[in-house]
Amino acid sequence: MNDIVEGMLSAFRLIFSLDADLFEIILLSLQVTLTAVVIASIIGMPMGAWLAVNRFRFRRLTIAILNALMGLPPVVVGLIVYIMLSRSGPFGVLNLLFTPTAMVIAQVIIITPLIASISHQAIRDLWADYHDLLISLNTTKRQRILTLIKDARRSLLTASLAGFGRAIGEVGAIMIVGGNIDHLTRVLTTAIALETGKGEFAFALALGFVLIALAIIVNLAIHSISKTERASNW
Amino acid sequence: MVDKILPLNVKNAFVKKRGKRIIGPIDVQLSTKGFTMVMGPNGSGKTTLLRLLHGLENPREGKLKWNGNIESVRLEQSFVFQTPIMLRRTAIENIIYPLKLRGIPNDIATKIANEWISKINLENSSNVNARFLSGGEKQKLAIARALTTKPQLLFLDEPTANLDGSATKEIEKLLQEAHKAGTRLIMTTHDMGQGKRLADDIIFLYRGTIHETAKAISFFKYPATQEAQAFLNGDILE
Repeated sequence: MNDIVEGMLSAFRLIFSLDADLFEIILLSLQVTLTAVVIASIIGMPMGAWLAVNRFRFRRLTIAILNALMGLPPVVVGLIVYIMLSRSGPFGVLNLLFTPTAMVIAQVIIITPLIASISHQAIRDLWADYHDLLISLNTTKRQRILTLIKDARRSLLTASLAGFGRAIGEVGAIMIVGGNIDHLTRVLTTAIALETGKGEFAFALALGFVLIALAIIVNLAIHSISKTERASNW
Repeated sequence: MVDKILPLNVKNAFVKKRGKRIIGPIDVQLSTKGFTMVMGPNGSGKTTLLRLLHGLENPREGKLKWNGNIESVRLEQSFVFQTPIMLRRTAIENIIYPLKLRGIPNDIATKIANEWISKINLENSSNVNARFLSGGEKQKLAIARALTTKPQLLFLDEPTANLDGSATKEIEKLLQEAHKAGTRLIMTTHDMGQGKRLADDIIFLYRGTIHETAKAISFFKYPATQEAQAFLNGDILE
């Protein structure tokens, strides 16, 4: 219990002392996670919409696999990305291992199925509402997908936030592909793991509270910008 | 180049679902002008007939022969559903949507949409999310959206079902104006009064087949079939 109280106090001290190292870690955490969320949303949302409006052979199987991939073990993803980016791997020549880019790649792989799957469910419901109208208006498949993405944007925001939630708290994959290198690839989660290993529980907890606060602030900011959860929108 | 898409000739068309006949055989010709009402008891296939003609259902057998090329046929018809399907956008954006699909620039589309908003007396709700409008307002908006692209042919599936007299009157006024402007209208209804007020012709449907096509005056005074007579008398048709 003392550790938790001490952790909270340390968190406040860290933040209000404007610790440069801490802000560097926070900034990198945000940079890596938000980049991954944007890329995964650009891939996942059209994929979800496409799956919702198209009928093809093995569609159910594709959706089942996509849903299953939501639970991809991050450590396995990290390992695969590591092998691909290591010097002997197919993309070794790019020299990306132990860089923030490698961490973004791993996170994109982890959260794209999650964003695509939630997007698919949201857009599938909207497509059921819109189906007859959009067919009647003689829309092309591209127009349908764009209309559905635009009109389901609030639900899609939830998909992105779910992706953000998973990515910001992820440690296994980015530890493997990032290496937790000080001033280069150290983010909040890997720093927490390191401090815990060193027995610095209060400091690790402080970082943990900062991480939770960061997740809440980003969620609030996005809700505020997108004007969701307001009575007039109900 | 937009062709005249009518007349439409339907020959021996069937709509089937999982092997079960829903409507058919359907043989009918839609002339270039007029206001046709499709009447018949519940489950007679009125909605399916409209969906078949509009292309929302494919005929399992038989064929539909339009006058124009396929592109004109697709662009020159609109459909108003019994339960209005509103895009999750404001009222005015619902009207702008089909115009923008046709490549009309934003400023011109907005101007046209504003004219329609005034015409249907929704100026005060122009920027309200269309889902929050009343049933009558939604249906007026759906009709405005369907007419904004000036289609040659407009299908309406019981557009005034569940609406009160005042909303029905406003919608009928819109339809009469479209009729006068030369839009070909095909509409389903249960309301015999409405049929008498609006229709030039009647298609009477019973158990998935057309039992009678006639001028409205003739149909209401001298129905040619026993089923139509019973329907007009308000008898229960099985």
